[in-house]
Amino acid sequence: MNSMHQGFWDAWELIITFDRDLYEIVFLSLKVTVSAVILASLIALPLGAFLAVFRFKFRRYVIAVLNALMGLPPVVVGLFVYMLLSRAGPLGGFGLLFSPSAMIIAQVIIIVPLIASISHQAIRDLWSEYHDLLISMNATRFQRAKALLWDGKRALLTAILAGFGRAIGEVGAIMIVGGNIEHATRVLTTAIALETGKGNFAFAMGLGLVLITLAILINLLIHIVGKTERASTW
Amino acid sequence: MVIFPLRMHGVTAHFRKKRLVGPIDITIETEGFTIVMGPNGAGKTTLLRLMHGLQRCSGGGVEWAVPQAKAREKQAYVFQSPIMMRRKVIDSIAYPLRLRGLGVSAARAKAQECAGRFGLENLLDSWAPMLSGGEKQKLSLARALVIKPDILFLDEPCANLDGRSTREIEEILLDAQASGTRIIMSTHDIGQARRLAQDVIFMYDGKIHEQTTAEIFFTAPATKEAQAFINGDIVE
Ligand SMILES: Nc1ncnc2c1ncn2[C@@H]1O[C@H](COP(=O)(O)OP(=O)(O)OP(=O)(O)O)[C@@H](O)[C@H]1O
Ligand SMILES: [Mg+2]
Repeated sequence: MNSMHQGFWDAWELIITFDRDLYEIVFLSLKVTVSAVILASLIALPLGAFLAVFRFKFRRYVIAVLNALMGLPPVVVGLFVYMLLSRAGPLGGFGLLFSPSAMIIAQVIIIVPLIASISHQAIRDLWSEYHDLLISMNATRFQRAKALLWDGKRALLTAILAGFGRAIGEVGAIMIVGGNIEHATRVLTTAIALETGKGNFAFAMGLGLVLITLAILINLLIHIVGKTERASTW
Repeated sequence: MVIFPLRMHGVTAHFRKKRLVGPIDITIETEGFTIVMGPNGAGKTTLLRLMHGLQRCSGGGVEWAVPQAKAREKQAYVFQSPIMMRRKVIDSIAYPLRLRGLGVSAARAKAQECAGRFGLENLLDSWAPMLSGGEKQKLSLARALVIKPDILFLDEPCANLDGRSTREIEEILLDAQASGTRIIMSTHDIGQARRLAQDVIFMYDGKIHEQTTAEIFFTAPATKEAQAFINGDIVE
């Protein structure tokens, strides 16, 4: 108990004195995850909208696969990306393994299904609500898409934040493809795993506090975004 | 561009194997105020949707004088259950104008003016999905009329309105008609039909049972179903 107490205060000191090693890790974490979320959103939001509005032959299968991929174990994604990027792999020539880029790729693969699936549901519901109205008003395909994305923006933001939450707290895949290299690919989660193993509790706990704070902030944001929609009903 | 006449010949609509309406033959000319009546499930909504092109016919043809997409630009439709966009009242009314390329402020100015005529001026900044049932119907009407359509389809637009609002809406509809909007409206309110109709379409079991001037329909209906309907009897 005592060592936990001590660890907490040491951690707090690292945070308020802007410890360089600690902040380097925090910023790399944010850099990797924010990049991954932006890239994943660029893929997943149009994909979700497309699946909601267009009827094509294999649509049901694509949606089923997407939902299945949501439950993909990150470690397996890590393994898959590792094999792709390793020297002998198909993308080995780019030399991306053990770089932040590799971690971004892994995170994108992990969160695209999540963001696409949530946004698909939201846009599909909105489209079934708006369908007759938008057709009646003779809105072009582009105008319809615009109305759906705009009026569904809160749900889409929620999807993006959920993706962020999943990515920032992920360890398995990041560890495999990033290698947890100091000053290069060490991020919050992998650092916590390592420092805990070394018995370096203060540092681990400092990182943990930052991670928890980030996670709480994200969930608060999701809550606020979701709530404003229903504000007047309650 | 004149979109009239609308010609429907031999139009049927099916769901799976079940016939919903038809066969229907009818021509709609440039002017008038047509009231569509008939018991629940007679096919009034389906008829309006077929005319507006929201529903595909399984047989026959629906033809305007110009191609469907062109014709729909000049039409507006008020749904039986209002569809509210997740926007403020003012932006909902402005939306059809925005679709036609009007700038934000110009569209809002027109929307505001239009909202005033429907008594929505104090609700401009309210969130449309939160309005009361009657307010939603007024918003739907304002959103339909703001583009000054050549033809306006109304599917029981006064179902949730109190007596005073109903009278106000009737005034607005008569005004719109006077300034050149063709109106086709379904209603269950026989008093309202008497006040507004120039001619009447009476539907029964998916078919147009009677189509005649209001005067003839209300004084000497040709079929016993229409007779019973007017008298408020239960039609079997
Ligand atoms: N999309 C649909 N799928 C299956 N059946 C339908 C569909 N639309 C309408 N129907 C059926 O077609 C018939 C006519 O329906 P419609 O909505 O046109 O009636 P209505 O005259 O408008 O009735 P109400 O006065 O209750 O509004 C009904 O029996 C209805 O159940
Ligand atoms: Mg109906």
